[in-house]
Amino acid sequence: MIPNETPITPELVAEHGIKPDEYQRILDLIGREPSLTELGIFSAMWNEHCSYKSSKIWLKTLPTKGPQVVCGPGENAGIVDIGDGQVCVFKMESHNHPSFIEPYQGAATGVGGILRDVFTMGARPIAAMNALRFGSPDHPKTRHLVRGVVAGVGGYGNSFGVPTVGGEVEFHESYNGNILVNAFAAGIADKDAIFYAKATGVGKPIVYLGSKTGRDGIHGATMASAEFGEDAEEKRPTVQVGDPFSEKLLLEACLELMESGSVIAIQDMGAAGLTCSAVEMGAKGNLGVTLDLENVPCREDGMSAYEMMLSESQERMLMVLKPEKEETARAIFTKWGLDFSVVGETTDTKRFLIRHNGDVMADLPIMELGDEAPEYDRPYLRTEAPDPLPASEIEAPKDYAEALMTIIGGPNNCSRRWVWEQYDHLVMGNTMQRPGGDAAVVRVDNESTKGLAFAVDVNPRYCLAHPYEGGKQAVAEVWRNITAVGAQPLAITDNLNFGNPERPEIMGQFVGCIEGIGEAARVLDAPVVSGNVSLYNETNGVGILPTPAIGAVGLLPDIDVMATIAFKAEDESIVLVGGHGTHLGRSTYLRDVLGRDEGPPPPVSLVNELKHGDFVRSAIRHERVSACHDISNGGLAVALAEMAMASGIGAVIDMPVSPDLHAKLFGEDQARYVLTVPGAHLARVLEDAAAHDVPAEVIGKTGGPALRIGTALSVSVETLHHAHEAWLPEYMSEEL
Amino acid sequence: MKSAIILFPGTNRERDMAAALKRATGNTPQIVWHGDTELPDVDLVVLPGGFSYGDYLRCGAIAANSPVMPEVIAHAEKGGYLLGVCNGFQMLTETGLLPGALMRNANLKFVCRDVHLKVENTQTPFTTAYAPGQVIRVPVAHGDGNYFADSDTLDRLEGEGRVVVRYCDAKGELTGDANPNGSQRNIAGILNEKGNVLGMMPHPEDMTDERQGGLDGLGLFTSIGTAA
Repeated sequence: MIPNETPITPELVAEHGIKPDEYQRILDLIGREPSLTELGIFSAMWNEHCSYKSSKIWLKTLPTKGPQVVCGPGENAGIVDIGDGQVCVFKMESHNHPSFIEPYQGAATGVGGILRDVFTMGARPIAAMNALRFGSPDHPKTRHLVRGVVAGVGGYGNSFGVPTVGGEVEFHESYNGNILVNAFAAGIADKDAIFYAKATGVGKPIVYLGSKTGRDGIHGATMASAEFGEDAEEKRPTVQVGDPFSEKLLLEACLELMESGSVIAIQDMGAAGLTCSAVEMGAKGNLGVTLDLENVPCREDGMSAYEMMLSESQERMLMVLKPEKEETARAIFTKWGLDFSVVGETTDTKRFLIRHNGDVMADLPIMELGDEAPEYDRPYLRTEAPDPLPASEIEAPKDYAEALMTIIGGPNNCSRRWVWEQYDHLVMGNTMQRPGGDAAVVRVDNESTKGLAFAVDVNPRYCLAHPYEGGKQAVAEVWRNITAVGAQPLAITDNLNFGNPERPEIMGQFVGCIEGIGEAARVLDAPVVSGNVSLYNETNGVGILPTPAIGAVGLLPDIDVMATIAFKAEDESIVLVGGHGTHLGRSTYLRDVLGRDEGPPPPVSLVNELKHGDFVRSAIRHERVSACHDISNGGLAVALAEMAMASGIGAVIDMPVSPDLHAKLFGEDQARYVLTVPGAHLARVLEDAAAHDVPAEVIGKTGGPALRIGTALSVSVETLHHAHEAWLPEYMSEEL
Repeated sequence: MKSAIILFPGTNRERDMAAALKRATGNTPQIVWHGDTELPDVDLVVLPGGFSYGDYLRCGAIAANSPVMPEVIAHAEKGGYLLGVCNGFQMLTETGLLPGALMRNANLKFVCRDVHLKVENTQTPFTTAYAPGQVIRVPVAHGDGNYFADSDTLDRLEGEGRVVVRYCDAKGELTGDANPNGSQRNIAGILNEKGNVLGMMPHPEDMTDERQGGLDGLGLFTSIGTAA
């Protein structure tokens, strides 16, 4: 073990991920050389993951307020009002680096971390989702990573008992050496029983709750703030090990504890463990914190202060307790078989004082640990807008049916059933729309008729080509997904995955995407209430596609009035809302069928999104629509195929062969939906559309065993279904 | 009908079960903590789904030795109704109340999806609401549901009408494809000799509300309600 008073060499500083100028800042701040524990604390607080030092300046530009917002960014999770005295608490967070090194545990602890963020605030988790991105299917590690990550997500969520109701899975070679595992969780709490991290009162006991501290995950957040080289696998010891059973106990114990009125402030131990949670509680309350580490429950003997302060062992919480409630609180934790130990107290010194067996191991100014973290306005180079690529310059397929089959039977648009059948998506008995639709719908509890809709999405290829439009599109897409089930989007959470921000072109992608997200969030009234930034997603100097995954929450006042994507009956009119497809740049068709990935992404008219979306939602709420699906990857043809496959009912579309038929069928123009409307409601739906200046056109009827589009395409639903379901199980059944 | 659900640390489907019992019988079940050594006076005891004690050992093995379990066994020995679903079925085999064992799913993966079940015996207190041979659709959600027993035991179970539900396809055929976990002879649920203890892997409680996708699971609970 390195002694605490070890000389701090430049090598030691570098090993902690601290740059020379940042170290100078530390020296200036404390006026002396730090101890080893202090250096570790700075490294934990000032790394990119915890300090947001490259992104903060841009995150401030995002809209975060609205009448529906109860709590915006800066807490463990964002909170929106869902009426009836209830709130929804939600957030999305990445666990990318750990999941590449150790897929099962990396993904599992990613799920565990986000669930803790939600229940730390007093909410019982009711839904989880995830956005997963893997390398090319033919990369030798991909299968192993898919298998491990999916098993890890399931292993944790299934045991904990939260339904994993949706998500996305994408393959692209840019993730070959750096997969993305973004986990989303949402919970429900009473509006008057929300818990925050801010400590109040001097001399209040600080209590350690949950599992014991071990040597796992030390410097996890620092590892997550660096690029990978060839040695990535050697970093396995920095990955934490998850225990969903302890998390489940911690959930029940914490909710019981909160109900008992014992809690002043509570904070989970996530990235940078004890250090980050203690500093946040003190700094937010303008108070000092003293910890006596000999009282920290440890899994192994002889752990040093340095190790205890930096361990990222899972399933732990820190709480400021009402002193008179100590016995009540202890009894609750004893009942659930969890550790409960008073490890320190709040002080009025504004110092972060760490003692171990009476020896002072660290003594730092607490406010500065957070506030004085470096903040960078990194130079950025905007991505040049791609040249236009009109559809007339893109060839039509020789065989439309084959093109459609290629898309829906390919890695990126085939069924994800193999994935979500490994997730318990039904536990709690409130899953009203299962995975596979536009958005998942979960009833808030089994007595209620109120539902919440959840969706997560981004198109990273759009973001690469045009970060601003790509950022806008990601928000518009989830907003549409929520709208397509009939729900009102309330707010979003963002998980911003990018490469190395010290490279101006990467920083340019980041800036462009943030600006696009901000603009869309403003116009669509979907404020960003929580989020997470994951930078340095690079291996050997090659960055990932810019991937700002967006998670959205919507409110469905009556779960008996919602739309699903499946056709419901034969002989219903199929209505295309939002106009015909024209745009093939960056489309799935262009890439999957023609093997080209070029041109600009489809531009997003936020005004149209709002107008068309509000019309669609209103039609659903008036029960004039029998099915609804938003048009996204693969265009109209894929949307129709998905609606047919979900039901087993075919469709006949009247669309003559024309030079722009490929754009009509595969164009990815935004702000569009497909509706099915029973005859009795058709006139009214079309009238309403006209009155609101929304393009709406009957393009055909449901029915028959096949999807038929003019003379261009006729494929039986069964054939479509087989192609759609086959790819992923076949791929995964091959030998590792 | 009065019922109680045993809550183990790691249990996670107690709410689903309570809601189903309430829908079927109008009564809210009592929740009994695993550390209790007394049971309330009830007609039905339920061992619900989840991951009791984390299931880091064999599933259900620790729960089978928990403080409340002697009372649960005594309840069954007195002729009280006892239902074990999923993790609860695993506990019943671990306690020896039901024969056989539940192994890892044959494909080694957790599986959550709707399955079809053929109700093979409707003369049990748990199945009178169903028609003989009726095919119902309910979900499974488990990683260790692969029922195994030696062939003599299987023959005996079948001979005595104690195989209550089997995995089948939508038409009622007992195919390999319809079997989600590799269970011997597509067995999804079995009864004890006396006929008062049922263990099954699928979750009828999660198909007791039209909004969950159907009411096919409700009959199981109304059957017990009628019997009690």
